[in-house]
Amino acid sequence: MPTISVNRDSLFAALGKTYSDDEFQDLCFEFGLELDEVTTEKQMLIKEQGDQAGYASGVSEDVLYRIDIPANRYDLLCLEGLVNGLLVFLGKKTPPKYRLDKYEDCYSLHLTPATAQIRPYAVAAVLKNVSFTKESYDSFIDLQDKLHQNICRKRTLVAIGTHDLDTIKGPFVYDALPPSDIKFKALNQQKEMTATELMELYSSHPQLKQYLGIIRDSPVYPVIKDKNGVILSMPPIINGDHSKITLNTKNVFIECTATDLTKATVVLDTLVCMFSVYCGKTYTAQQCKVFAPDGTYQLYPELKHRRETINVDKANSYIGIQENGDKLAELLTRMCLPTEHQDSVLSVEVPPTRRDVIHACDLYEDIAIAFGYNNIPRRPSSVVTCGAQTQANKLTEQLRQECAHAGYTEALTFTLCSREDVATKLGRNIEDVAAVHISNPKTLEFQVVRTLLLPGLLKTLAANKKMPLPLKIFEISDVVLKDDGAETGATNERRLCALYCGRAAGFQFVHGLLDRVMALLTTPCSKDGYWLRQAEDPAYFPGRCAEVLLRDTVIGKIGVIHPNVLTAFELTNPCSALEINIEPFI
Amino acid sequence: MELNEKILHYLDKCDKVNTLKLADEFNEDHQKIVGAVKSIEALEMIVSEAVKSTKWGLTEEGQMVADQGSHEAVLYRNIPDDGSPQVEVMKKVPNAKVGFSKAMSAGWIYIDKSGGAPLVKRKVENISDTVQENLIEIRKGIDNLTDNVRNDYKKRKLLQEITLKSFELTKGPQFATSIKKLETDLTSEMLMTGSWKELQFKPYNFDALGQPPSCGHLHPLLKVRSEFREIFLEMGFTEMPTNQYVESSFWNFDALFQPQQHPARDAHDTFFISSPANSTEFPMDYLEKVKKVHSKGGYGSQGYIYDWKIEEAQKNLLRTHTTAVSARMLYKLAQQAKFEPQKYFSIDKVFRNETLDATHLAEFHQVEGVVAARGLGLADLISELDAFFSRLGFHQLQFKPAYNPYTEPSMEIFAYHTGLGKWIEIGNSGVFRPEMLLPMGLPEDVNVIAWGLSLERPTMIKYGLNNIRDLVGPKVDLQMVQNNPICRLDK
Repeated sequence: MPTISVNRDSLFAALGKTYSDDEFQDLCFEFGLELDEVTTEKQMLIKEQGDQAGYASGVSEDVLYRIDIPANRYDLLCLEGLVNGLLVFLGKKTPPKYRLDKYEDCYSLHLTPATAQIRPYAVAAVLKNVSFTKESYDSFIDLQDKLHQNICRKRTLVAIGTHDLDTIKGPFVYDALPPSDIKFKALNQQKEMTATELMELYSSHPQLKQYLGIIRDSPVYPVIKDKNGVILSMPPIINGDHSKITLNTKNVFIECTATDLTKATVVLDTLVCMFSVYCGKTYTAQQCKVFAPDGTYQLYPELKHRRETINVDKANSYIGIQENGDKLAELLTRMCLPTEHQDSVLSVEVPPTRRDVIHACDLYEDIAIAFGYNNIPRRPSSVVTCGAQTQANKLTEQLRQECAHAGYTEALTFTLCSREDVATKLGRNIEDVAAVHISNPKTLEFQVVRTLLLPGLLKTLAANKKMPLPLKIFEISDVVLKDDGAETGATNERRLCALYCGRAAGFQFVHGLLDRVMALLTTPCSKDGYWLRQAEDPAYFPGRCAEVLLRDTVIGKIGVIHPNVLTAFELTNPCSALEINIEPFI
Repeated sequence: MELNEKILHYLDKCDKVNTLKLADEFNEDHQKIVGAVKSIEALEMIVSEAVKSTKWGLTEEGQMVADQGSHEAVLYRNIPDDGSPQVEVMKKVPNAKVGFSKAMSAGWIYIDKSGGAPLVKRKVENISDTVQENLIEIRKGIDNLTDNVRNDYKKRKLLQEITLKSFELTKGPQFATSIKKLETDLTSEMLMTGSWKELQFKPYNFDALGQPPSCGHLHPLLKVRSEFREIFLEMGFTEMPTNQYVESSFWNFDALFQPQQHPARDAHDTFFISSPANSTEFPMDYLEKVKKVHSKGGYGSQGYIYDWKIEEAQKNLLRTHTTAVSARMLYKLAQQAKFEPQKYFSIDKVFRNETLDATHLAEFHQVEGVVAARGLGLADLISELDAFFSRLGFHQLQFKPAYNPYTEPSMEIFAYHTGLGKWIEIGNSGVFRPEMLLPMGLPEDVNVIAWGLSLERPTMIKYGLNNIRDLVGPKVDLQMVQNNPICRLDK
């Protein structure tokens, strides 16, 4: 969930009302936001970089609100959008209407065929006669950053470039060139460098280095040039210094390059809608003609206002309220969704800022939010069903009780473990273990899914050396084994594992538990029931290990733990263990 | 005669006696007397009253003086008839500094400087060491010292005041001069012979704790799991089979209308499986519908409009939520000839590629409730949540709009915790999106409401734990497991 920081006083000034922190928190709650933190730039710097950074001169002490925004509401990711959303929600403003000015040829953008190799899509727009203040300028830059981090998936899907249109001359070209053929002065650099040099330079840049991988190994890098060959940007890494926007910029050229065209149009629409508020003609954007390599063109931004119709009764029933159509229309309008009501049909105009609305159910939600989730009356349940539990879990619950009755204490260990835990520590090779392997573990503790419960219990013992002996513990849970016959190639198996640890290994105790469990499962100790057959297993002491068989199927092992295994798990007292599959008894 | 009987006989004659006196009389260690007193006092044969008294005793240095003589006497005896150089005396004799000045003031010795270096010589023929004599008497318990002398000895750190705790004994209600042997426990032999009628039994100390039973114990979190299962079963929910940790991205994400570029599908958040890396078996009709609703829309939806790839859907992972199982159950439900309303629940492990900290583990238990019926809405969800959470002891709920890729509307659930005196977030809920349900083939008027929460968080709140690793995993303290009370969620 993205979090934005807004200056509290500017926010209140724009809302035309001063709130206490609690009052604002309540407003956020109702609207589906969360006031996460009340802080200042100074406090944030101190938290991130220590006292010194915080006490440097020029660090603002203005109160900042850090607000969590739902991941699908790109229209609330900046102060301008947030204020608009809240004012409309509070009924203090009508939703804005976004308009388009006709395209002019000089703003067209031409894609070359080479771009298909790296970032095949681009869209563009122009904002005219913009008047920036320091605050709105910063907000503009911030919004691009927030979009880059969220919907743009760290610039992999979409990368935004914004330029001072008066420093460049259209038509523009979006090309893809070998890195050595790209040479320009990048943003805030002193001299011209080739793309190769820039990539080297930014490899240690704290923010930019994370994006280099998106294009690094490609034979060609994306580049946008103007009519005279001036490089505007090398997406998705860096803009050119030449066309950078400043506080004095009047006309802004926005380009978005992308691997996902839908997302690019959403990003462009969002930027345009949020900042067209500062244009000479408010809420109006200038369209650009974007030519595909095959010569066909599209006009951007689209600023599509889509009509969705919903039924009043259906909407009421979906939420559980009984409001008339006019009331529902009013509620939707307060969510920036201008709505007309006629004959029990609501006709909703979904603006380009609300691209999260893709289905009627999204509108039902907005009605419910505007109505107030906490104002919805309860509806007694009409669904009558009978409860039932899975046989496996029912048996598990019963056996857990019985193991505890037998004097064993229940452990709860991790399902994930290291390769060593299920292999070398138990005297086996990982290649011989049918374990499911994790491709991207963050720590060595989570490399595989356990194939036995035993290692977890041995670790539990190791962490509880202060407990008086003998110690008797058990766990009934799932292990996962590779299984070619299964849909995913792996299946869970429900196991019971018990461990006895004392001054002597005490095989008879775990054996006694096995006898007890089998008696409870009305399985006799015979070849027609369960029986033990001596076996060899490197995890167990030679000659003191047996397979547990149910009729002619091996269901587990029982034995004295091998001293090497004890050492591997840092244990100093002898142990005996039992581990069986309980699924045959379900 | 046993010591305790000796005490009773003594008391028989004098009605009242101090234990210190008895120690003297019987020539026994005082502690031993006190021990015997306690045993007969328990039988109410005597009554004891603690008293404090003080007396003067020897310090460690005083003991030495009583044994070997005062420092001045020791010094005097160390001087030969013809005297000894002062330097040597001071060096050789123990405690010479004190001894010298005391012997000088007693007039036992003198300094002869006639030969140059000063010599210490005896001044008198005989001395009597009264200090030693006095201390020996004190040690015997005879104290005839004048206050002056006593203060002097105290100053010289030879004497110290000792506090004595003793007991003043008088006869008790059960006083007798002989002790009947008391039985500690009723035995089967006594029942057989009937001797229990004659025997006297030792009174019990009801303030002491009993002998702890030897028993096994269930894990606190799993006790809470049992309670949750019971609540769901009481409410008529059917348990879903969740014994499938390895899941395909298709069921974990795509079936839930979670787009393929969604951040949750990042390796950052999800454990992907390198072996077995892919699933290949899918209900192909259904998969095609899922593909279409993602990439082109349908069922009244605009869709996400992107290039949906089967390769992404095939990727195996450790399920990030049990909702993957709910999706399978709902798909199965949709395949039935006639739709019947259903309530499903599950409580099982899910996995997230998290960085571990005090409140996050890479695996935790998800609790999930799902209701599928015709015409359900938010009001039904709220009613179900009311019923469910009140059984957990939360009687006041609030709902906050939230975003969830597969539910719309979505609500975060907050509950007022009376113990903490504040609202806490306890779960997430919503109505499953039509884009998830309709491709499965569920009738259009069937809505599905669902909610989820972790099992660990309410358990930690209930037991006041701050670190999740104190609750789950091999490092859990088994003592904590053993001390944990039975789980009563509404208490």
